[in-house]
Parts: sequence; structure tokens; C-alpha cells
Amino acid sequence: MPPTDLTSPAEPVPGKAAPGKAAGALPGGGGAASARTPCGITFEQVVKRFGDNVVLDHLDFAVGAGERVTLIGPSGSGKTTILRLLMTLERPDGGVIRVGDDPLWHMERGGKLVKAGEKHLHEMRKRIGMVFQQFNLFPNMNVLRNLTEGPVHVLGLSRDEAVERARGLLELVGLADKEDAHPTRLSGGQQQRVAIARALAMEPTVLLLDEVTSALDPELVVGVQDLLRDIARSTDVTMLCVTHEMGFARDISDRVLMFDQGRIIEEGPPGTIFEEPREERTRAFLRAVLAS
Amino acid sequence: MNWDWNYTGKLIPDLLDGLRVTVTATLLGYLIALALGLVWTLLRRSPNPLVHQTVRWVTEFVRSTPLLVQLFFLFYVLPSWGITLGALTAGIVGLGLHYSTYTAEVYRAGIEDVPRGQWEAATALNLPRRRVWAGVVLPQAVRRVVPSLGNYLIALFKDTPFLFGITVTELLGSAFDEGAHTLKYLEPITVAGLFFIAVSVVSSLALRRLEKHYATH
Repeated sequence: MPPTDLTSPAEPVPGKAAPGKAAGALPGGGGAASARTPCGITFEQVVKRFGDNVVLDHLDFAVGAGERVTLIGPSGSGKTTILRLLMTLERPDGGVIRVGDDPLWHMERGGKLVKAGEKHLHEMRKRIGMVFQQFNLFPNMNVLRNLTEGPVHVLGLSRDEAVERARGLLELVGLADKEDAHPTRLSGGQQQRVAIARALAMEPTVLLLDEVTSALDPELVVGVQDLLRDIARSTDVTMLCVTHEMGFARDISDRVLMFDQGRIIEEGPPGTIFEEPREERTRAFLRAVLAS
Repeated sequence: MNWDWNYTGKLIPDLLDGLRVTVTATLLGYLIALALGLVWTLLRRSPNPLVHQTVRWVTEFVRSTPLLVQLFFLFYVLPSWGITLGALTAGIVGLGLHYSTYTAEVYRAGIEDVPRGQWEAATALNLPRRRVWAGVVLPQAVRRVVPSLGNYLIALFKDTPFLFGITVTELLGSAFDEGAHTLKYLEPITVAGLFFIAVSVVSSLALRRLEKHYATH
């Protein structure tokens, strides 16, 4: 398949919200309501370099609103960079990224796209949440404060509202009894579940999962994966997931993208990618991952 | 040379007055050092090269000149430019300014020690810049540097006798005055030394406890 075929936006997934105008409500105009409408993601000719190393080479792809997409491929193939660009942790060197209808790193001015300032980024980030490989909980705050910090200081919830939301989420992730604990006192699996709850407390429309079980002891992986499966089942959040856990990728994904050297070399539903991959490089990668 | 207990007893009230001045200068000077040091650190991170370079040179300059020169400057030179500070005020400002250049380095190291993942998590939560600093980075940075900051408190305390150079009758100064008055230096200077030791030891113990508290919380 020529790479140009990958530029067309994905079909909306049956039973899930279609990519809608509502998702593109102007930043700042829609408040909390617009933040909950699922957003699609589009990469248009996105380039990212680190020094001389071209990590993403004019990348085009799209994720439908509410779609669950897993990025697989060898390390260094640019998967994590995609998530980091979306979370505004890295700045693209070229191209346009859209979340909903709005460009993430640009603003439209007089029909032209110009580089956006921090204010625009702040509004756009409200749509996006991220869970990190290393959890990155704030060790100077207890679990509850980790969950209320964003809702209070970013979404403007009152402390009581934020606490109520946080307790609901701790219930969801099975850690209702840990709200006073400090993150360092929790196991890796518990920390990651708190981190997931912290991301959800911001009610993102797009959730980015960056190798969320890679740092966990094997026996703790299942709990976190089960939680994410539940979230995938019970919400309509758009999910973009980088993982080396192929079983999990198969369960959670509507579509799998296989990356190599900053390009998508193959994509399709998980059944197809895992059982009948067309590309030799995909087959080699899957063999290597399954053998490890 | 015999130790005169009677004389020693009479000295104590005056020396305690001196100690009060020393402790006042220490605490106020230290507060200035803590606050101003943070200001230096944050300004040094300014994207504006004029700002961060200027701050870099000012702090470098202050750190590499002797405290006594700075005190003389504040107390004897500034008045010729129309700025007159009381001796104790000049002393407190001098100590605070001098030590702020050290605390600035301590803060800088502490901030650099905060893992990148913390900044990234704060960005992912979309926390406003001020909240990132006040809620996430500084509390973690300060926790890491409490021991170093504490050591500078004790160092600053031990530097307070320099204030005698600009006529502040602090602890050592009051001991010296007593000696000059009676021409008996043994008792006042020894007692002043003991006061210094007592305060240093008590502060060190308090700092150890603080460190332990931060290590376990």
C-alpha cells in the first residue's frame, strides 16, 4: 500500500461517536462540555528531528474520534515521539498536527497557520491526557492531591468537587483506601493506576498511553491492563497507545499501526496485523517481540 | 592567669545582649539569603540573555569578594551616594546578600535534580507555570537541599563577628568591649566562644532532625 493511502482519516468506529464538529469547539469557548466530546487526531506531513536523526519523516495518519489505536514497532521507530508531540512535550519541526479540528501547535490567522503561543497550547492540552512509563506521580503530594491538583488549578473545580471526582476515580482504579498514601509507598502497579486516575480526572478526550506497563513487575502488569480494558469499554475516549504487549494491543485496539524508521509500514485491525501481516519487517518484529 | 568567676557572672548579661544581636542578624540575614537566593536562581533561568548573564556576573562577583569588603561598602561607601543604612541593617543586608549567592547555587542544584518526568507530568496535567514551580518543582527541590541550606545557616551564624567591623556590637564585639574595658580578655572571649558553640550545636541538632523529617516524609 502506498503511504498516501494512510492519509485518509480512519472510518468512524461503529458504535462510537463519529468525529464531529463539536470536538473542534474553539479552545476556551466550550468549557468542560467540549472537553468531553471525543476528538480525532490528524498528522499532516509531520517531521521531527533530533539533531541529524530524522525520527518522523513527513508522517501522515489519522485517528478517528473515539478510536483506539496502538502503535507498534522497533524502538527508535518514532512511536513515543508521536505521543510526546501530541502532549506538547516535543515541538515538531514541520507539518501540522490536529486534535479535533484545531491545529495543536498552530493558530489560524487570516487563513494562514502561524505558530501558536503558550495560551493556545494551554487550551489544546485540556483535550489530552497522558500516562507515562515511569508513572511520574508527584512524590511531594499524597494520592488524593495528585488527583485534585489538575482539576483545581486547571479546570477550576472547587476543592470539594475535585475531591469527589478523585474519590470516584480511586474507586474505579481499585485504590479507594489509598487516598492518603504517598506515591513512594505504593507498588509500581498501584502507582500506575493512580497515574491513570490522575489523567482521567482531567476528563481528556484523547488519552495517550506510553508503554504504561513496561516498568512494572510481570505480576502487576495484568491489573493495569485490565483497568485500561475497562476504561476502553466504558468510555468513548480516543486512545493512542504505545506498547510491546501484543496481547493487550490486540484486546484494546480497533487498529494497529506498525512503525519503522519514522514511517507507517503497515496498518490494519489487530487480527490482520498479528495473524496475517503483509510486510516482512512486521513479521520479523512480531517474531522478535513474541520470542522475548 | 586565673579564671575569675565573679567577673564571669557580671559579664553574662552583656554577652547575652550581644548574643541577641547575633541571633537577630543571623535569622534576618538568613531569611534574606533564602529569598534572594531563590530570586537569583529563577532569574538565571530567564530566557532573556541580558537578565541571566547579568545575574550570573553579579552573583559571581559577590561570591568571590570577601564579606568584610561588602560590609564596608554597604556601611561606609553607600552613605557617600546618599544611602545611609544603620550598622545592624547594613550587616543584615550584607550577610543576606553574600549568602544569597550560595543559596542560589544550592537551589539551582536542587531544581536540576528534579527528574524531567516531573516537569512532563506537570505539562501533561496542563498546570500553569506558576503552579508547576510552586506546587511541583520547588517543594521537591527544597526537600533535596535542606541539608545544604542548613549548613549555610550555621556558616552565616559563624560569620556574624564580621559585623563588629562595621560597629555592630554583636556577641564577639560585646566580649571584646568588656575585655577592653577591664583589660581582662580571657573570660569574655572564652564565654563568647562557648555561646557560639552552644548555638551551633543546638542548631546542628535541630537541622539533623529536620533532615531526618524530610528524608522520611
